[in-house]
Amino acid sequence: MIRLRKLARAASLFTTPLAPEDFLALFNPVFSTRQLRGVVTRVVPETADSATIFFRPGRGWQAHKAGQWARIGVELDGVFHWRSYSLSAPAGQDPAITVSDVGAVSGALVRNTKPGDILFLAPPQGDFVLPEHPRPLLMLTAGAGITPVMSMIRTLVPHRPDSDVELIHSARTPADSIFREELAELADQFPNLKVTDWYTSERGRFDFSSSKELDALCPDWRSRAAYACGPEGFLDDAESLWSAEAAAAARNGGKSPAGPFAADPVNLIIERFTTSLAGGDGHDGGLVTFEASDREVEADGATPLLDVGEDAGLLMPSGCRMGICHSCLIPLRAGHVRDLRTGEVHGEPGQLIQTCVSAAAGPVNLDI
Amino acid sequence: MTTVSNRTHEATAAGAPAGAKTRPGALATTGSPLVRPPAAAHLTDEQVAELGRELDAIKDDILGKRGSSDADYIRRMIKIQRALEISGRAALLFSKNKKAWVAGTTLLSFAKILENMELGHNILHGQWDWMRDPDIHSTTWEWDFVTPARAWQHTHNDLHHRWTNVVGKDNDVGYNLLRMDENQPWKPFNLGNPLYNAILAPVFEWGIAIYDLELADYQEGKKTKEALMRDLKALGKKALKQFTKDYAATPAAAMLTGSGKQALYGTLTANAVRNVWAHAVIFCGHFPDGADTFTEEMVEGETRGDWYVRQMIGSANISGSKFMHLMTGNLSHQIEHHLFPDLPSNRYAEVAPKVQEICKRYNLPYTTGPLLKQVGSSWAKVFKLAVPGKAKTA
Repeated sequence: MIRLRKLARAASLFTTPLAPEDFLALFNPVFSTRQLRGVVTRVVPETADSATIFFRPGRGWQAHKAGQWARIGVELDGVFHWRSYSLSAPAGQDPAITVSDVGAVSGALVRNTKPGDILFLAPPQGDFVLPEHPRPLLMLTAGAGITPVMSMIRTLVPHRPDSDVELIHSARTPADSIFREELAELADQFPNLKVTDWYTSERGRFDFSSSKELDALCPDWRSRAAYACGPEGFLDDAESLWSAEAAAAARNGGKSPAGPFAADPVNLIIERFTTSLAGGDGHDGGLVTFEASDREVEADGATPLLDVGEDAGLLMPSGCRMGICHSCLIPLRAGHVRDLRTGEVHGEPGQLIQTCVSAAAGPVNLDI
Repeated sequence: MTTVSNRTHEATAAGAPAGAKTRPGALATTGSPLVRPPAAAHLTDEQVAELGRELDAIKDDILGKRGSSDADYIRRMIKIQRALEISGRAALLFSKNKKAWVAGTTLLSFAKILENMELGHNILHGQWDWMRDPDIHSTTWEWDFVTPARAWQHTHNDLHHRWTNVVGKDNDVGYNLLRMDENQPWKPFNLGNPLYNAILAPVFEWGIAIYDLELADYQEGKKTKEALMRDLKALGKKALKQFTKDYAATPAAAMLTGSGKQALYGTLTANAVRNVWAHAVIFCGHFPDGADTFTEEMVEGETRGDWYVRQMIGSANISGSKFMHLMTGNLSHQIEHHLFPDLPSNRYAEVAPKVQEICKRYNLPYTTGPLLKQVGSSWAKVFKLAVPGKAKTA
């Protein structure tokens, strides 16, 4: 490695102001010193509107843990758009994302991706991962929420006979259920996995208003480490049930089950895909000035500043795009912003703004 | 940082309160300047505003069409340029052989020209920022030219493009070295105009590097010592790397085949060829007959439409083949470039007939001509303005 670095430094004497990688990119497009990239190696359709995309990342990628997500930049008509996708491949194997067609970017990914295409990448991240020590698990998923959980099941079930996983997966119909066949096969083959398919077209939404349905499907659910991933309503409902149970347990003087999650009374780990951003509806925006870039754009009151900047061609820092990871912070120079989750207006010069969930509330000057 | 301090400076000059809605430099849509330039004096305020709207529409049309074909274009150009660069430099390693020398020097000259003009100049303008590719972006790009990209962006994008041809504001009118406008007072120093220009051409990149230091601003107290030291340091670092690449590393590698001296001549020639070419093209942008200069009164109160008018009548195009346009980095479409500095360069050819039609309809000059004529015309000005008095246009 050290010799390689010396060689690269010598080569850069000839390539300056470019890096040797810029010339290597003539032969292999993943070479770049500025942007981690991957080449699509295989695209496997899953359902009518979802597909799994395998890619070979360039140097700088880190192997993912089962359940993590990565930011992926997808080229759409010449423009790169960043979105976050859960990795569905098991840990230790080549990365792959499974994408459902729910918007312009994911739709293009599902329909138009071909082997050889380039994706921009950011290393995997996220805390929605398997517990460090073995313990019985309950997985609650709905729709595309199965994706990170699939990575966990693929990682754990075939290799750990001592594992104990119960999965309750909601999908509208069998045809909409991603990984249905593979899950059925895994459950057949490995007694440590139990799968319940819950089709909402037949049985309605899974009812979290009481513990009745859970008790029926998984009587020991209270003692399991639970993971939930799916649409916002599904997660909110699950979260209320677990909080209610925790509150009840506390009232009865009971203790929450022992284990690595004992510190977490709720004992439910959730992964959100989207955040409701309705706080800016009906409000006026303002002139957004990106000071260091010397750009200004008239923005409405509902568009996140992150999108405003990206549409103006700026290289905006970004992350989860739902206000949780704080990768998109930019200092405010002047003006006020509206938090699109709550509708609250705030802003002091120097304050770091979460651009992915903040819109202009009047003129805004940002330090980028 | 230079950009920011400059803007702060202007905000104070314009008396705009901090946090004001419109940024200094934003132009009004209605009204008129104190004086309209003579070539546009026949236009009413309403006509100028309408002309502005027509040009905005041309821009919006391209913004609507801009997409994957444009992205493919710039990526293809980058590949071609890098292939030329690698093969040129590789051939120079064997340049004891005469054919290898000619091939290497030619390839490297073309590579450097493409790199500076179609790639560097245009990418540093932000013409490709919309792709959001950090490898092809105005904030990350660095070019094969002595002056650091950031320094050039300040004097070029910020000052020259905003104040195009305004004598006293746009230092590109003569680069603080040549007398290029009759309104610049004559000094005995200007007798050397043709000589300075002839010396400047083959070392143009060094001239630009010194120009971008804004030494005159420093002497007048408009630029701080810290800013100057910072720029000098950046230039020193960049110049050392550039010098090492072309005049030390490449010849040293070529010594393995006994071609050291020839390789040095090769890189010197390629840089000189690029410099002479870039100098010629850039002088065709604003100095030929027909391209007007302006007084500060003409920009006082200037509207968006007037700004467009100034860009059109202050610039000159070069007519010629597709290949010539590419080799000039599409600066042969100088008029279109000045109207829309951040539209992708591959779109200027498409925009040009529409702009020309607008000029015709509004009875405004649209200056264009073949390369040799335009080069001759700007050199004629260099000679004429060496002596006192007015340069009579033909």
